[in-house]
Amino acid sequence: MSRRVRLMLFAVAAAGLAATLGVGLAGLPSFGAQITDYARMLNEMAPRQRHVTDVVSAITFDYRGIDTLFEEFILLAAVAGISVLLRPLSDEIRQLPRDKAPERSIPPPSPAVWLLAAFLSSLLVLTGLETVTHGTLTPGGGFQGGVILASALYVVYLGTNYVTVERFQPDALLEASDGVGASGYILIGLLGLLAGAHFLSNVVGLGATGSPISGGTIPLLNLVVGAEVAGGFAILASEFLDQTAVIRTRRR
Amino acid sequence: MSEALITVALVWVAVSGTAVVLTRDPLRQAFTAGFFGLALAFLYLSLQAGDVALSQIVVGAIALPLIALLSLAKVRKDQE
Amino acid sequence: MSALAYGVVAWLFVIGIYGVVTSRNLIHLVVCLSVAQSATDILLLEIGYRSGGHAPVFVSLPAHPGPAVDAVMQALALTDVVVGAAVTALLLALAVQVHKRAGTLDPDALRATRD
Repeated sequence: MSRRVRLMLFAVAAAGLAATLGVGLAGLPSFGAQITDYARMLNEMAPRQRHVTDVVSAITFDYRGIDTLFEEFILLAAVAGISVLLRPLSDEIRQLPRDKAPERSIPPPSPAVWLLAAFLSSLLVLTGLETVTHGTLTPGGGFQGGVILASALYVVYLGTNYVTVERFQPDALLEASDGVGASGYILIGLLGLLAGAHFLSNVVGLGATGSPISGGTIPLLNLVVGAEVAGGFAILASEFLDQTAVIRTRRR
Repeated sequence: MSEALITVALVWVAVSGTAVVLTRDPLRQAFTAGFFGLALAFLYLSLQAGDVALSQIVVGAIALPLIALLSLAKVRKDQE
Repeated sequence: MSALAYGVVAWLFVIGIYGVVTSRNLIHLVVCLSVAQSATDILLLEIGYRSGGHAPVFVSLPAHPGPAVDAVMQALALTDVVVGAAVTALLLALAVQVHKRAGTLDPDALRATRD
């Protein structure tokens, strides 16, 4: 199929899509007019029923916790897929870059750079932990905090160099964090069954509304999701960095 | 006030989203995609969705451009 | 306001698909797909918006805070953003592998290399 034919086919399909979208979107309630009864009910009930101030957290990790369980496993599957796709192929080897002129003196990275990296990454770790642990009170939680925690590692890669970080072999720790986070979600869900209620029921003591430890299982689930997302996104970056830094085609 | 803010954000998102698609060079696109991520975060914030805005900032402005740039680096290295 | 709000969603979705159809580079294609995907997040949040509503965070509110916006839609969009990023990264990994096998990222040139 030539480009012209494809473009013409797209024009027809896009016109049809736009028409269908137009009809569908026109049937929606007008923008900003109302929200559903379900949402209004949850907004009123959640702070009293689950002792949280951020209702979004209560919905994500409690009222619709089973959806989040599946979302989390999509994430796990995607990260596992990336690890499988980007492993060394049969004609590739893992090899640290060899210096062609070993006797030359390479100036070490400027102290200002690694000092800034150390400062920024510790700041990111703090911000990440703050975001993960305060998910029940303010916007934030395991998903957002997890990515912030992973980006702390990105800054370390930036400030030093990838090969230096690889010597510490953080991969096992990252993979453990990813796996423990994912299975932790199920284990916390099983607490509900142990207590004689349903899977993922909020059976832990709810605490006082507004205190850092409140909301029962919601902060616990935030913690495990934070561990999973942080591990997952760090693995993701290190797999791609591996591709550019240490995986190369074997010379024939 | 909030209506005006949402209008600005919507136009910004539409323009920067179009720019991302029309930037044909993937290297430049990684940067326009970062700006598009920020525009989205601003729109989500103006729609009173703080949680979503936060995840859009960390994902759209940091993680995604980084991965796109790393893929490009790998591809360029292979071509050498 | 409705026309603009829903119009932007439709526009982003269609322009994203247009980018996918006309792309000459798989990495460019994947990023265009993520533009189309973000249209769904915007739609979810727009359906959940209520004029003059405040965020569904019930802490230090004024005496008469008025209505809150829909928290259910926000919960849906929230996880979608993060999971969507991971899926985009998976697609980019596929693009890198395609380049290793075929030596090109142009979807049109790929057809010629197929045997």
